[in-house]
Amino acid sequence: MDELGKFSPEIKHILARGIKASWPICLGYIPIGLAFGVLAQKAGLSPLEIGLMSLFVFAGSSQFIAVSMMGSGAGFLAIVLTTFSVNLRHLLMSSSLARYLGHPGRRWVSLFAYGVTDESFAVNLTKFLEGDWHWREALVLNHTANLAWIGSTVLGGVGGRFIPEGAFGIDYALTAMFLCLLVFQLRGKLFVLTAILSGVFSVVLALRIPGNSHIVIASMLSAALGVLLKRGHLRIRKSQSKAGAASVSNCTHSERDRYEK
Amino acid sequence: MRSEYILLFAAMGLVTYLPRWLPLHYLSRKGLPPWFVDWLELIPVAILSALLFPDLLSAGEPRQWTPLTPGLIVAVPTFIFALKTRSLAGTVVLGMALFWAAEKIL
Repeated sequence: MDELGKFSPEIKHILARGIKASWPICLGYIPIGLAFGVLAQKAGLSPLEIGLMSLFVFAGSSQFIAVSMMGSGAGFLAIVLTTFSVNLRHLLMSSSLARYLGHPGRRWVSLFAYGVTDESFAVNLTKFLEGDWHWREALVLNHTANLAWIGSTVLGGVGGRFIPEGAFGIDYALTAMFLCLLVFQLRGKLFVLTAILSGVFSVVLALRIPGNSHIVIASMLSAALGVLLKRGHLRIRKSQSKAGAASVSNCTHSERDRYEK
Repeated sequence: MRSEYILLFAAMGLVTYLPRWLPLHYLSRKGLPPWFVDWLELIPVAILSALLFPDLLSAGEPRQWTPLTPGLIVAVPTFIFALKTRSLAGTVVLGMALFWAAEKIL
């Protein structure tokens, strides 16, 4: 009991911080979750099946696509492959998060990985960069968002038709959140340039390729160009400083010569 | 509860989980080449931008170019507000309020 007494304030603190940081995500998930629930119910899924799908997959856009594919009679393999390609972008997000997560141990990493979404990635990464953010808090954030998602999809399946659409501009919550997190990520000229490149690539590709592969292609390409720019910049600086160092050493040589003479 | 649905959701879950899990499981901070670390450093800003702009500038499936939607117009003051205040809560609330107003007016 003493152990529990020692632990509980700390755990409460972690829970409180994780839940507090997740509110914009939860707020944004509710209208999307409700909309998904309504759509899935129309496609013939029971509330229990909707909840199970949200629990297993926990990836909004792919769930929308899967339900519409199920409605149009697509096969098992087609749906699974589409889901895979739609959610492949999380590979980049997990790679990015891996550098900040620390060493929680395999089981916790596995539990954390389940909750990596566009939204939790963006908030957690920002928090990690600000410092004062622990993987335990990140884990709480992921799973609070998960609960909000599962809950709102089931609710949508049960009675989403009776909820008015677009109340209080709630449909814009995630867009506004992403706009602000993008601002937080603009940490220098190179980041601004990468953001511009990625935005342009993404829009151009989105208008040409169906699906959402534009996100992965644009991000990888613009980050690669960013690295090339950074490296090119570094090389110029290095050669300049080498030249500078050479002239300095020449100077000292000549001064040494003078002293020796 | 239909068993074929459970199987489908489980398979969807597996192919979604693996890309989320693999890098977290195998990538550690040690032993990564510097260019890769630099690249990973730029990935978040690139992803956020790649996620945002197509949704602001296009809509539908297949996507059509749709400039000057309420979403894009609202994004401008919301972005400036985020730049000035650096407040996530404020930005979300302002964005929602402006979007709500814009949908009513436009």
